[in-house]
Formats: sequence, C-alpha cells, structure tokens
Amino acid sequence: MLDALDRAIVKELQGDIPLDPYPFRTIASRVGASEAEVLGRVRSYWERGWLRRVAAVLYHQAAGYRGNAMVVWKVPPDQVERFGRVAATFPQVTHCYERAVLPDFPYNVYTMVHGDDDEACAEVARAISAATGVSEYLILSSVKEYKKTSACYIP
Amino acid sequence: MDGIDRRLLDALQRGLPLCARPYAAVAAEVGISEEECLRRISRLKEEGIIRRLGGVFSTRALGFYSTLVAMAVPPEDLDRVAAVVSEYPEVTHNYARRGRYNLWFTLVTGREEDARALLDEIVARTGVKEVHMVPAGRVFKIRAHFPMAVRGEEAAGYA
Repeated sequence: MLDALDRAIVKELQGDIPLDPYPFRTIASRVGASEAEVLGRVRSYWERGWLRRVAAVLYHQAAGYRGNAMVVWKVPPDQVERFGRVAATFPQVTHCYERAVLPDFPYNVYTMVHGDDDEACAEVARAISAATGVSEYLILSSVKEYKKTSACYIP
Repeated sequence: MDGIDRRLLDALQRGLPLCARPYAAVAAEVGISEEECLRRISRLKEEGIIRRLGGVFSTRALGFYSTLVAMAVPPEDLDRVAAVVSEYPEVTHNYARRGRYNLWFTLVTGREEDARALLDEIVARTGVKEVHMVPAGRVFKIRAHFPMAVRGEEAAGYA
C-alpha cells in the first residue's frame, strides 16, 4: 500500500526532519518530488491515521521525569474497558493497553507511568487502584535501559 | 532552560503544523522569530533534551506489526542476552525489569511472521527458551507527551 514515493517520504520522516525554514521543500528535493506533492502526501498520512503528528520526542529523564515504571494490572475481564478509560485519565499514564496474560503472570492491562521518581510512580499506581477498585497490580520499575530508539520502518 | 524553551517544547511535542513553514508557525505561537526558534531547537537537541524531531507514526495503521516481548532470562545472563536482543534494528526499546520476566522489549516488523522468525533466531542464539509475544489488545491511551510549562508547583498536584 506504500508506493516508492511514500516509502521515501516515510524514511525521511522516521528520523529527524530538516531544521531549516522549509523542511518539506528540503525533503522534496531529497525524494525527487515537488514540495506540494510531499506536503499533500504527508497531510494524507495524517488524515488516514498513519501519522499521528510531526513532533519532538524528548529524553524524558532530561525533561525532569526520572521515574518510569511499567505497572501491570489483574483486571476482571468484564471491567477492562472501564479500567482502561479511568487509567487513561491520569496525566502520568502515557500508555495503557490490554494484553494477553502470560504463564504465571496473570496481568492483563499494562500502563506506563512517568513521574519525578519511583515513589511518585508508586503513588500514581495507588491512586489508579483507589479510583478503579483493582487492587492486584505489580510495579515493574526499569532496572536498566539497554536500548531506546524510534521505529525504523524503511531501512 | 527558560520559560520560552518550555513553551517551545510543549508546542513541539503537540506537533508541527503540516505547512510549508512549520517553524515560523510554532515561533509565532511561542512569540519568537523563526530564526530564534530554529536556533533554540538546535540547542535543545545538542543539550540532549530533544531526542528526535520527526514523524510519529501509528505502526499498525501504517501496515507494520508491533509487539511487546517478555523474556525470562537467568539473572547472570541478562547483560549478554540483552546485548543480543539490542543488536536487531527491529528492536526499539529494551529494558531489564525485576520479576519472573526480567527482560522486556518492543519489536516493529513488517508482518507478524517476521516477528516470530526474529524471536526464533533470538532463542537459537541465546539459548533462552522462555520468550513470549504480548501484543496489544484494546488500546486505551498512547501519549508520549511530557508537559513542560506546568512543571513546578502545578506538577506536584498531579498525583
């Protein structure tokens, strides 16, 4: 579904876009298309939901959010929808997904929680628990970050 | 970092307008010139505040497959196994965490079969057999956006 020009444009957008007054014109010259064609295609990706936004991604530690924890929840199947909606309202929760349970790991909803430190993350988990009535959860703080990059769709 | 930097970071995290001169539009919103806007972005990258300024795609909508993977690795082997996992460009995030499953990473591949083949290769190379794909079911929230301008006393009220 991606043609050759789409692939070339995605390849440009998956990294850093040019830091000059006309970034899409620069991209256009690299991919061999007009600026209007590139902008038209990029807008169409956004309209189709392929592209969420063209934006800055921060090193969150540098931005002052040092704590990050994956908090996993054991939510009764018929309450998952409600739990997800409530957890999503917390600004410290950046990601919230339903996932399959694993052997000896009966947790079915995963939240990524960010805060100033581990205690701040634990406090958020307690607040989510209080707001949802789901009391079985596990805080999996990261012990070590081995890798963090952005997706490379087009090599 | 000053107040203008923080307002700029908030605007940049929300997203650039998809127009010919997006930096001029962001600069106007923040109240600085386009030239100063570009200069500040360049500095915030150099200082290691901005990791990337580019497209944020919906992996699945774009037609790619992504999944979280949980791995139970003997603790003494963790660094070695993690290094093997991190070698693959398809692996975007890779973290050690405490617990029964102690290595968690995310994969982005063309198709689900490609992810399975990659995990088979990781099993063969590391000897660690307990590897599970845990793809997302319902998605309730995705928002990797860290408010900057509200840092300080307001942020303390988050909890």
